[in-house]
Amino acid sequence: MRFTKPSRREFLKGTGILIVSFSLPSLSKTVSASGTPADTGTKTVALDDVDAFLAIDPSGSVTLYSGKVDLGTGIGTALTQIVAEELDVPLSRVHVIEGDTALTPAQGKTWGSLSIQNGGVQIRQAAATARRALLQEAAKRLGVPVEDLIVEQGTMRSRNGGKQITYGELIGGKTFSLKVDKQAPLKEPATYKIVGRPVPRFDIPEKMTGQSTYMQDFKVPDMLHGRVVRPAGIGATLLSVDESSVKDVPGLVKVVRQGNFLGVVAESEWGAIRAAQKLKASWSDWEGLPEQSKLWEHVRATKVTKDDVTSNIGSAEQALEQAVKRLSATYDFAIHTHGSIGPSCAVAEIKDGKLTCWSSSQGTHDLRQQLAAMLSMPDTDVRAIYVEGSGCYGRNGHEDAAADAVLLARAVERPVRVQWMREDEHGWDPKGPPTLMDLQAGLDANGNVIAWYSQVYVPESATGSVNVKLVAAELAGLPHETGMVPGNIIQNMAIPYTFPNVRTVAHRLAGTPLRPSWIRAPGRMQNTFCNESFMDELAAAVGADPLEFRLRYLNDPRGVELLKRLARLAQWQGRASSGQSSSGQSSSDKTPKRETGDVATGRGLTYIKYELARTYVGAVADVEVNRKSGEIRVKHFAIVQDCGQIINPDGVKNQVEGNVTQTVSRVLKEEVTFDRSRVTSLNWASYPILTFPEIPDVDIELIDRPTEKPWGVGEPSAAVVPSAISNAVFDALGVRLRSVPFTPAKVRAAIQSSP
Amino acid sequence: MPTEIPLHVNGRATRVTVDDPDMPLLYALRDNLGLHGPRFGCGLGQCGSCTVHLDGRPVRSCVTPLSVVGKKKIVTLEGLGTLDKLHPVQKAFIEEQAAQCGYCISGMIMEAAAFLASNKSPSDAQIKQALAHNLCRCGTHLRIVRAVKRAAAGV
Repeated sequence: MRFTKPSRREFLKGTGILIVSFSLPSLSKTVSASGTPADTGTKTVALDDVDAFLAIDPSGSVTLYSGKVDLGTGIGTALTQIVAEELDVPLSRVHVIEGDTALTPAQGKTWGSLSIQNGGVQIRQAAATARRALLQEAAKRLGVPVEDLIVEQGTMRSRNGGKQITYGELIGGKTFSLKVDKQAPLKEPATYKIVGRPVPRFDIPEKMTGQSTYMQDFKVPDMLHGRVVRPAGIGATLLSVDESSVKDVPGLVKVVRQGNFLGVVAESEWGAIRAAQKLKASWSDWEGLPEQSKLWEHVRATKVTKDDVTSNIGSAEQALEQAVKRLSATYDFAIHTHGSIGPSCAVAEIKDGKLTCWSSSQGTHDLRQQLAAMLSMPDTDVRAIYVEGSGCYGRNGHEDAAADAVLLARAVERPVRVQWMREDEHGWDPKGPPTLMDLQAGLDANGNVIAWYSQVYVPESATGSVNVKLVAAELAGLPHETGMVPGNIIQNMAIPYTFPNVRTVAHRLAGTPLRPSWIRAPGRMQNTFCNESFMDELAAAVGADPLEFRLRYLNDPRGVELLKRLARLAQWQGRASSGQSSSGQSSSDKTPKRETGDVATGRGLTYIKYELARTYVGAVADVEVNRKSGEIRVKHFAIVQDCGQIINPDGVKNQVEGNVTQTVSRVLKEEVTFDRSRVTSLNWASYPILTFPEIPDVDIELIDRPTEKPWGVGEPSAAVVPSAISNAVFDALGVRLRSVPFTPAKVRAAIQSSP
Repeated sequence: MPTEIPLHVNGRATRVTVDDPDMPLLYALRDNLGLHGPRFGCGLGQCGSCTVHLDGRPVRSCVTPLSVVGKKKIVTLEGLGTLDKLHPVQKAFIEEQAAQCGYCISGMIMEAAAFLASNKSPSDAQIKQALAHNLCRCGTHLRIVRAVKRAAAGV
């Protein structure tokens, strides 16, 4: 029997109000699901308060208030498992409210594979603190020693029988008024009944039947529909608007112009779309983008504002001088868009001087600050509420759509929904920046690696800011961030291998062509692409098996175990990594190779310890490459992952499968195109992604370590994909692919230029 | 000029009042009738998230003008099955946990249901071909294929 539970929406529907868990006098102010005041000003959201995270009502229902939000990854279910486990209540009794600035603690953006690792661990500690307090209180009421108490399904009683009391009877409707205690004892993992199990996600049945409410479905009473009209060039100035061009559009409410921000508001969605299509506006010429064909020259010529030395062991430069053999290679990784299937959407309402904004933002607490700054309002007059939308995979357009909705709502003094069109999302979401990577290594006479030196060219990051500037704020000339925030993209530049001399340097650039942000495994993916491909180049240079070569320089037992398990899962057979195995000339390679006509096969191996501090992943990719067409087919991925304690193994597998498939798409196909004025890859025809006939099979082995910390899983297995494919293509053809995406044209060029 | 257009949606006759009879069906279903199943993804017929059935055939409602719908029977994800009475494809998708964000899944289920009506025991390759024009960004493809296969076994 699979577990289902009422969604938040049903939960709300049943009660008619948003917050129902409390009936305390201090919390008597309830908030209706629509027309919410900007700030309830009553419930604590302080990170050190148990009440910020948890409430129990008289019936024993538990409400979890999570600052981390479910972006479609299933963490809502996983966090519920953590709470139900730690409190010993049935899963069906736990409800989750996510990402509401008035109700949920600011646990940081939902990014960086940290929802369980950080957010879940905070929540677990709050639950442990609550459990201890409940047991202590029950011991007093029941007159038994606390050590004798057991909890089953939220009911506490002595293990010797006798009277019992429920959580609901004890605390129902009252606050805990407790600080989260880091010393509060956690349950022994050996006793777990819910954590570690493949619990079915509670949101899936509704999603499969059209009963869920995505951000794109969300409505409030009296709501109008808005669309934005983007500048002809990214930096163009709005010269004039001909409002007569839309006067015939039925239901048009207003053309809104503020600086270079231009939008329309209409009674109906179709009216807003028609008005945005028909509105005639003239813009100044703007050609501030570099020529795409010279992108990498442009990146290399961009001013470096500072160097971040991300690792420095011995003297790599000196050791390179002394090396008997030196290798160098340059890698690059294209600009990518997030590519959400549902374009960004938001609803904003300003009432009595207070703003409420519903958004699929990864960080509603941060969005609240950005919106408040944009309108020069105090934060306390803004409430941002998370509503799940289409997956974002990083900072896509959600926050920008929110700012659009706010400006339009302010202009028409009614609630406005802004739904971005496809070209808005492809054209105006912030992009994963172009990344250029120079690698050098030196070998001694015995083929030992004695030097590793990498230099990566990436945008600088504004100090102290975690927020990408809002398009609407910039266009309208309202207060906004000025610096770039590309995410923590220098992670995984440093390497997990024990070379004696290592230097890794990020040259931070003063600019990048398109507004940057983070996309799944930001930087870690690009850096792992060059590092692990270059490792393969080194292995080939010394005639070593790629797996054995890595093990030679790895002194981390968990990493070693992982690679050995990967070798078993993938049935890896040692080879000389000569790049000629496909033609059967690789003497030590026992892997049977097939070559049918123009198609060569190969396999590539890769490894990561995420950020050198957490989740381990190893991957083996199997590919087929057509020498004539240059087309790569990724047939299979074998993945072994050690993320410490696993909360929901099926959820983890879902993330791994998704990471592999999504990243195969990014690596084989994806590249944002632009002319001198704007992005030109504005839909799925000009920015194609992987389709069903092209997907690889994926075998996954998870290493569960229930007594270890739970580490993130949303990104790490994405980071290994590019190098695994590149290395597999080398195995098949003996050519190196160092430029993502690996298009057929690049493959053909690599074949032609190979000796 | 507001026009009233009769539609047959999920087993019921209904009417929608619109300003433009060439408005795509998607907006009538979502905005006039309040359905959440059909989803806006691209407005260009490229991604499949708006897929509904017209007389049993899967169509992209984002590029289907209301004026061409006529008397054809429209079925959306809501009309295919409900939580209490799941369609076999919906049931299989739940059993396979075939979703991440789930935004594309309505289109996947509608496409797959129409496909399975004409091919009762498809191969993996046939399933992938049938879904070749439905896009998923989360990378849930493997689960979706498994779900369609499971549904085929149960249909």
